[in-house]
Amino acid sequence: MSTNEKEPIFSARNLKLFTAPLSSENPITVQVLGICSALAVTVKMKPAIVMALSVMIVTAISNLVIAAMREYIPDRIRIIVQLVVIATMVIIVDQLLKAYAFDVSKQLSVFVGLIITNCILMGRLEAFAMANKPWPSFIDGLGNGAGYGIILIIVSFFRELLGSGSVFGYPVLQKLGVYSTHYENNGMMILPPMALILVGGIIWFHRSRNRNLIEK
Amino acid sequence: MKHFTNRYIFIFSAVMVIIVATILSMAATLLKPQQEKNLEVEKKKSMLESINIPADRNNAEGLYSKYIKESRVIDSKGEEKKGIDAFTVEMKVEQKKAPADQSLAIFFATTDDGEKVIILPLEGKGLWGPIYGFISLKSDMNTVFGVTFDHKGETPGLGAEINTTAFESQFKGQKIFEDGRFVSVKVLKSNEKPIENHSVDAISGGTITSKGLEKMLFDCLLKYEDYLKKNAK
Repeated sequence: MSTNEKEPIFSARNLKLFTAPLSSENPITVQVLGICSALAVTVKMKPAIVMALSVMIVTAISNLVIAAMREYIPDRIRIIVQLVVIATMVIIVDQLLKAYAFDVSKQLSVFVGLIITNCILMGRLEAFAMANKPWPSFIDGLGNGAGYGIILIIVSFFRELLGSGSVFGYPVLQKLGVYSTHYENNGMMILPPMALILVGGIIWFHRSRNRNLIEK
Repeated sequence: MKHFTNRYIFIFSAVMVIIVATILSMAATLLKPQQEKNLEVEKKKSMLESINIPADRNNAEGLYSKYIKESRVIDSKGEEKKGIDAFTVEMKVEQKKAPADQSLAIFFATTDDGEKVIILPLEGKGLWGPIYGFISLKSDMNTVFGVTFDHKGETPGLGAEINTTAFESQFKGQKIFEDGRFVSVKVLKSNEKPIENHSVDAISGGTITSKGLEKMLFDCLLKYEDYLKKNAK
């Protein structure tokens, strides 16, 4: 790859870096990375969205930083360097949430810190940022964060609607008067196993719509 | 792959660590005032919840100054200690000191019905980390008026249930003294026989958190025993 080669910022190749992880290379449903946090923070939509944004920011910026210094990172300590960059970003995000989004940071509690161990981050740094220029890496990070976020939002939508009867904290089912027909919230939806089943359902749906994903 | 000398690797790591440390300490220092403010509002909010006044982050400060007018710091004998702001006293820090040196905070509140209640802080251990809260007692210094609990990281759906209204509301009307003897409120599993006025149901699947909560109530309220006996009406 020649360094002098100029490429438009939003070239088709770069756009693809963003859109591929949303569907055909989705980190959760296709690469099956970052499942643990996807189970933990999807009970309500609000923490899910904050978690999604946090992961997006952290992946994008650490991808950018690692790609910018990829030529200077000694191969033998590259994993440590990657972890240091991720950990720094995560701590900053955590501190910002504690200062400006206290309630959400209380709900997310340890899971913000656990972004550090989210496999999506290390995966993208190793697989992409170490071998690509900063801008494509940044896009790749945003895309993978968004791909993770989309699944989080879909799962949390169903879990909140069926488990707590609300959408984004707004009591939809109560307003619609569903409870007067003896309907009750499904307590199971709030527990982590249901998130796993929902993710499984999404993977199934995803593969049935996109035959290329099915292993031969 | 380019070859790097050991010397380069050491310098690289050292420089990286220094840069990262600078960034992190800057972030921590700059955001500290805002974070402390959040914790202060959170504390006021929990205190209001312990006297059954629902508050959110926006109105907590206003409601706090409306209902909780007075505070006092006492020692373990129930004598008043002067010159300490009760709001800054942290039960967690005090518990590490010798009993005679501990400062204990008491807050006085008057509800809309004119009921005079006192609010006492609680601090203990759950399964994974600290649990804490406030308990309010009626002016007989015996009947529980309300409680609020919170936790740092108990298991969601199990131990974490201690901060739900369903669990907390069980404490209302429980008594902590029986014929002048301190007994606190027990948190019992379904196979244990309930004690009238002195027990609530534990959380199924959250035994260690429930027992930690029982111990927290006992330990913290015991510190106030002398004061409560002296001031009972």
